[in-house]
Parts: sequence; C-alpha cells; structure tokens
Amino acid sequence: MSSDLPGFASLGRWLNDPDNWLGSGGLLAHLREHLAFTVVIVLVAALIAIPAGIWMGHTGKGILLAGGFANALRAVPALGLLILLIVELSPHIHSRTGVGNLLAPGALPYFIPAALVLVILAVPPMLTNTYAGIQAVDPRAADAARGAGMSPLQVALRVEIPCAMPLILAGLRSATLQVIASLTVAAYAPLVGGLGRLIVDGQQNLIDPSLGYPAMLGAGITVAVLALVADGAFALAGRYVISPGVSGRRIRGRGTAAPQQSTLTES
Amino acid sequence: MIRFNSVTKRYADGGVAVDSLDLVIDSGEITVLVGPSGCGKTTTLRMINRMVEPTSGHILLDGRDVTQIKPTELRRGIGYVIQQAGLFPNYTVLDNIATVPRLLGKTRRAARRQALELLGKVGLDPALAGRYPAQLSGGQQQRVGVARAIAADPPVLLMDEPFSAVDPVVRQQLQRDLLQLQADLHKTIVFVTHDIDEAITLGDRIAVMRNGGRLAQLAAPAELLSRPADTFVAGFVGRDRGYRALGFASAGHLPLHDEAVLRIGEPRGAARDRGQDGWVLVVQDALPLGWLRTTALDDAADDPVTPEMLNLGGTLADESGTLREALDAALSAPSGRGVVVHEDGTFAGTVTASEVLARIESRAAHLREQATR
Repeated sequence: MSSDLPGFASLGRWLNDPDNWLGSGGLLAHLREHLAFTVVIVLVAALIAIPAGIWMGHTGKGILLAGGFANALRAVPALGLLILLIVELSPHIHSRTGVGNLLAPGALPYFIPAALVLVILAVPPMLTNTYAGIQAVDPRAADAARGAGMSPLQVALRVEIPCAMPLILAGLRSATLQVIASLTVAAYAPLVGGLGRLIVDGQQNLIDPSLGYPAMLGAGITVAVLALVADGAFALAGRYVISPGVSGRRIRGRGTAAPQQSTLTES
Repeated sequence: MIRFNSVTKRYADGGVAVDSLDLVIDSGEITVLVGPSGCGKTTTLRMINRMVEPTSGHILLDGRDVTQIKPTELRRGIGYVIQQAGLFPNYTVLDNIATVPRLLGKTRRAARRQALELLGKVGLDPALAGRYPAQLSGGQQQRVGVARAIAADPPVLLMDEPFSAVDPVVRQQLQRDLLQLQADLHKTIVFVTHDIDEAITLGDRIAVMRNGGRLAQLAAPAELLSRPADTFVAGFVGRDRGYRALGFASAGHLPLHDEAVLRIGEPRGAARDRGQDGWVLVVQDALPLGWLRTTALDDAADDPVTPEMLNLGGTLADESGTLREALDAALSAPSGRGVVVHEDGTFAGTVTASEVLARIESRAAHLREQATR
C-alpha cells in the first residue's frame, strides 16, 4: 500500500467518530438499508425457489433443466448483469416514489434491476437444495403418509418439507450469505444505498478521512460481521425448525424419555 | 368383506400386473396374498385403498365400490403397514401413531393419549413414546408401524411385506404378536408376503398368485398343503408338504409316560438311580431344562448337578400342540423320549417317536376312510 493512503490505523479514528455512525449517510443507516434489502431479496427469491423446488422434487419434473440452468447462473458475473439490466430496464421504470428512508425518490429505476440481479443469484442455491432435499425423503415415509389418508398438501407440509428441512435451510443460508456479500455491488447503481454505498463512493476520494478509505474498510468489515451474524442466526434457527428426528440431534428433558443411545435391543 | 370383480391392472407400457382377478376376502380373517415377485400381489393390495387404480373391474368394500369413495377418506378408514414401516422420521413414536386420529379431527391431546395406550398393545415399552424412529430397532419400528395402522381402529388392515426386513428371530416374534393381536381385534387383514412359510403361519386363508397377476389357488393352509390345485402351487408350496401339514393337525391326547426327573442342584449320584437308558431329565421348579447323561458321571457323586452339564438339544411340545411339535420333540430329544409340557410350561410327560407315528398313521387312515365314504 502506498504511503500517501490512509492506513489501517485510520479505521480506529473513523470508528471513533460518532458522525460516521449516525445520520442519513452514516454506517448505521447503510446497515439498516443493507439488512432491509437482503430480507426483501431473499424473501422474493425464496418465494420463487422453494415452491418450485418442492414441486420439482415431488414430481421429478424439470430437474435436468433447472439443474443446468442453476449451474449456468453461477457463472454469470453479477456486476456485468447489473449494468446490462440497468441499461435495459431503468429507462422503462418511471416511478419516482421513494420508500420511507430506505429508498430515495427516484431510486426505484435503479433499485429494481439491482434487486433482480441478486434474486437471480439467490434462486439457484435454494432451488437445487430444496429439490434435492425433497427427492431424498424416504419414499416409504411418503407412501405411508399417502396411505394413511393425507392429502398431497398434507404429505408435503407434514412429511416431505420437515424431512427436507436441513437442506432447505442450508440453501436459504447460503443464498442469504451470498446476497449480503453481493449487495455491495448494487451500489454501482446510482441512488441505491446499503453498505456498498460507502465502499463504492469511498473509491472516489480515497484520502477523505470520513468518506474515503477508512469508510470503505469500516463498511467492508461490517459486511463481514453481518454475514457471520446471519450465519449464526441460521444455525440457531435450525435448532428450532429441524425436527431432532431428522437432524439426529439429541433431545433432553422433553417427551417421556430422553434417548440414551441410538441403537436399542429388541424389547 | 372385500370383493374383487374381474379386476385388471394394466400399466401404460402394456405390462399386466393383475389380470381379471376375482377374489373374496372374508371379514375378520387374515387373508395372505403370496406368490413369486412380480405376481401382482402388492398391486392387488394397493388397489384396495386406491394407492393404485384398477384399469377395469370393481373392488367392493362391504358392498361399496372403492372408486366411489374419496381416496383420503377411504385410506383413513383402512390401516396400512408397509415394509420397513415407513415411519415419519420427523415425528416422535407417539405422534407417528397419532397420525390417523389427528387426520380424523381428534385433538392432539386425545390422539396422543390413545397412542400411548396402543404402545402396550403392540408390545412396546411406553418409555419409547418420545423417541424418534431413527432411535428404534427394525422390529420396534415395525411395531410402531402396526400401532399407527390400528390407531383409528379401522376394520380393515393392509400389510405389505411388513416383516420381511427384520431378522428371522424378530420376525417370528412379530408374527406371534400379530396373531395374538388379531385374536383380540378380529380385523379383516390382507397380508402380502413372498414367504410361503409366513403365509402358512399367519393365514386363515391363503391366495397363491402366479406371474401375470392371476389367482392360482385360494385355500386354508392345511388344504393348500394337502391338495395343491396344480403343479405351480405344489412347486411354490415346496417340499416337506406332508410333514408341514402335521403343523395343522392337533396331536390330541398322546399316551404320556411319567419320568423320574432330577431337580437342578441335586447330587449327581441320584442321576444314576433315576436315569433310564442312560439319560435323565433335569427340571427346575417343574420346568424342563435339559437332559443329563448318567453314564458320564463317574466321580464327585455328591456334587450338585449344574446347568452347564445338560444337553439342551430337545425341543418341547405343548400338551395341546400339533403332531408336528410332538414328533419334533421326540426326534430331537437325545434320550429319544420327547418332552411334553403343560400350558404353563411345566413337565407333563414324555412320548416316543413311534407313538407319535402311530397317531399320525391312524389319523391318515381315518382321513382316507372319510375321503372314500
């Protein structure tokens, strides 16, 4: 690193200045945008990918097509796709509405292409994991569920999805982490916020003590911390939404008997 | 009663699984569908609860055409047990059993309470209620599968090779328990197996099916063994038919001999006085343990008789058992004297192979006489 650039030490000074945290251009405001955008994008992607994955796993249809498509999508450069979509889509979006203090008036024509890119990135891991999870459900359990008089929807909700939950959740987890990281790229679009704003803008004037290199560094570390926290949150959520019978996790102090060992002699 | 009226199942590829099948399955009985793999027995079973739809023909359940009943409603009224149980891995044992009552609208509390009672009925420790299927042995899983099928007390039970994935010892235990359960419940059970011995053990009636989904013979086990309809059935039922048929013939009152027995712990010297042809029967609390060879007791006459010294080769025949049991007891006893026990397991007397054979011959003569009359 050349000597005229502010070094790593400048990060401490930057973090210690409350002005860099608070206010509309501060770290907290950008963190809030980053989180809100992540939630919206992952939610939209999940609403597409999870039902489609369940249907595909259930019927076995479209797996070859979707599998190839999902793999091809992994090779798409996010930034290139973003620029392409902004050029192609933005001129057709005329809404000037803002969304609270998350999106400035006029930001929508840029936000929509950016969000679309991230949805396209987030769908494949969720889709492939969901159908793989549903496909891996013991066919005998599904057969018994049908034979017991469950409707197709009940079979899916009570047996197939709970059994596939570890994989579905893993897909959601990797998609979320990918969106958190890739959302920084969205700041290449004008007027779109998020932690990427500080990183992209910081390059304009690296030596600026409040918006330059220290801001880039601070925002970058915040993205990393956010990803770690999200990862931990998913691990924790898994304890609640995955049945111990599926995860193999031991249960204690619940039910009439805590398991002592996994293999038992015939009673 | 379940009635098949010329039911055919033809698959899209042209293969015929079941070919114009006519079959009547009586209520309150165990009817076993048996045959080589690919004979359409599982397809036949699965058409009863519409897991497979027939191509043509009708299946009537107590007079109602099953295709006129909504599949979910039909299936909730029919118990269904499959190979390796097919338990829901995400549910506890209790919630697995409570499945159908819950589907029928029972509250979780009521369904679970009922499920807990069922655990004992199928021979499971209630302490297993909170376990997950992955924590159970194969035999235990199969018992949970049976409990789940009978939880809503359906009159009909369909069982598709339920015991084929467990080891022979556990399978025999499960078969015995199923018969005991059936003596209580009197369900109409349709049971699919490829194992003719299992069919003979369990079936009130056995439907032997041949490749191409046709019925070869429908008969009670004893009749199947004594009068197979054709060479296919004869071949499928297998060897030793005459001997195995004795398993369905009551031994009646056999002439039992008293035996001077030795109690475990008594001095070895006493054995020589009580022994007969070199062997003495050793008992504990009147329960037969095994045979002791008296000629091998040269020294230490005052030492007690211990279990390690016994020959355990002999089988026991029940007093009210079959000719097959009695003959086997006589043939397997090292002394040549078969041990017969009372219902509570205590020693009743001994019988020799020639005595059992005399009984078998007089029975056969009686049957021949009946047949000619």
